[in-house]
Amino acid sequence: MRPAHLPRQRPPEARLLVVDGTGAMRETRREGLIRHLRPGDVLVANDAATLPASLSGVHVRTGARIEVRLAGRRTLDTRRVNEWTAVVFGAGDYRTRTEDRPPPPRLRAGDRLALGPLVATVFGLEGHPRLVTLYVAGTPDDIWRGIAAHGRPIQYAHVRGPLALWDVWTRIAARPVAFEPPAAGFVLDWRLLGALRARGIRFVTLTHAAGISSTGDPALDGRLPLDEPYHVPERTTRVIARTRARGGHVIALGTTVTRALEHAALEDGGLRAGEGLATRRIGPAFELRIVDAVVSGVHEPGESHYELLRAFADAGVLMRMSEALEAGGFRTHEFGDSVMIERRRAESLAKPA
Amino acid sequence: MITGIQEDLTALRVAVTGGTSGLGRALVGGLRARGARVAFVARDAARVDAVARETGAHGIAGDISKKDAIHPVALRITAALGGLDVLVHNASSLGPVPLAPLADTECEAFEEALATNVLGPFRLTKALLGALGASAREGRAALVVHVTSDAAVNAYAGWGAYGASKAALAHMSRIWNEETAPLGIRMVAIDPGDMDTPMHAAAVPGADRSALRRPADAAREIIERIAARVRGTEVTA
Repeated sequence: MRPAHLPRQRPPEARLLVVDGTGAMRETRREGLIRHLRPGDVLVANDAATLPASLSGVHVRTGARIEVRLAGRRTLDTRRVNEWTAVVFGAGDYRTRTEDRPPPPRLRAGDRLALGPLVATVFGLEGHPRLVTLYVAGTPDDIWRGIAAHGRPIQYAHVRGPLALWDVWTRIAARPVAFEPPAAGFVLDWRLLGALRARGIRFVTLTHAAGISSTGDPALDGRLPLDEPYHVPERTTRVIARTRARGGHVIALGTTVTRALEHAALEDGGLRAGEGLATRRIGPAFELRIVDAVVSGVHEPGESHYELLRAFADAGVLMRMSEALEAGGFRTHEFGDSVMIERRRAESLAKPA
Repeated sequence: MITGIQEDLTALRVAVTGGTSGLGRALVGGLRARGARVAFVARDAARVDAVARETGAHGIAGDISKKDAIHPVALRITAALGGLDVLVHNASSLGPVPLAPLADTECEAFEEALATNVLGPFRLTKALLGALGASAREGRAALVVHVTSDAAVNAYAGWGAYGASKAALAHMSRIWNEETAPLGIRMVAIDPGDMDTPMHAAAVPGADRSALRRPADAAREIIERIAARVRGTEVTA
């Protein structure tokens, strides 16, 4: 597999590998995604807009150049933005792979970080030399002015040229709370939303603060995903409940949607509306309550996104999927190809129409 | 601030471009007086700060005619309001000042009018369409207002760049509406009439100001149409 290096959200040649609940696989063009959904199903997407979460600056005590990547918050409230979890890199930028980026100076509580117009203070060390909690000074409007003026989207060494916000906002991007794009949503455009309606497939959203997907540091990556706040609108819970009552399926567009829905799931099979903090990690032992199938980017074993897929399919199926993706030359990462994985069951959910 | 008016729009999240003078300033004040949460955009940072202090609205310094400004402005609008229900494209450029016949209009002045009056609103709507779609899915107002002009309909000598760009804006509004109405997002164009504003003074320096509409009156009418949409009454173009 090779990384997609052009920041195109909907390249016409994008491909989709569908893994049905019996483990059978077939390849299709991603444009044909809608044919794998049935009238009466519901597609759930994450409408978070992506922050320009990368802030370059200086570690004031040593004068060293640093890059701060905002990585987490405890709430979606855009008026409570003083406290952030962040990953700090030493000098350099996205042209160096994160694996090869130097660490920041040894960070201590109370250290000040000058980030363009913003000033942040380290107030918590999170058990890893790169991971801290920060207090950013100022009113919410001051902080957003600083982030909008100085921040850049988190960049990828495998993507050519610097990414702008318009490269990483999905067509449905609304509240700016994601740290990296909820990239499964790149498949969406307004034409597709119209086609879903025409076909009798419901479309609903939730908002989930998608965290950073990789830091290049195995110890730190092992802690991902961090806790992520989300909000499930009342209407989304109603539409999902009605869909399931009528035998329709719930298709999650992305791992973040899966994480939010399963965290909001209740013991009785219902779904809790409102804001929550997704703390549980979804992996092989996780019993899915809500989501019948997930549409995701192409991820490789070991990534936190891949771990989540193990809740849908057995290790053997996923291994064969990876082999098929490898053999087929599927493209990985944010702007790459996609997979659709149905939850394991005796029969396939859908046949292409 | 105006007081004594019913605060009936307290849940409404509104963004207004060109919010520091003329109609835009009146809209910001009038919407705040009705309790709406308001973010506004204008180019002059000092005036933005002053209007923000006067009205309690969120001020955003930015130039919507510049492509690179759009996403930072959209980010700050949705961050300030936690989403968006109503977007009012009020910022305008006359093109050449003083006004000039088309034959004497520099291409750059025409381009500036198009950038401010057509492309800027197009780009900002596009960047905020996700937030407006979320508003629609939640059963909220999801409305875009394009402030247009009778110069978009009638051919006035000397108003070429402005009139042609406003005609494009009004037509774009109708096409947007055709495309987004099925998804619950309404787009309308509203002509507020000739008002006593700094822009009118720049266009017609010798005008009899007593014959012109007060911006506050025009703003009240637009706010009424927004309120009608909030109440669930259909707004028509």
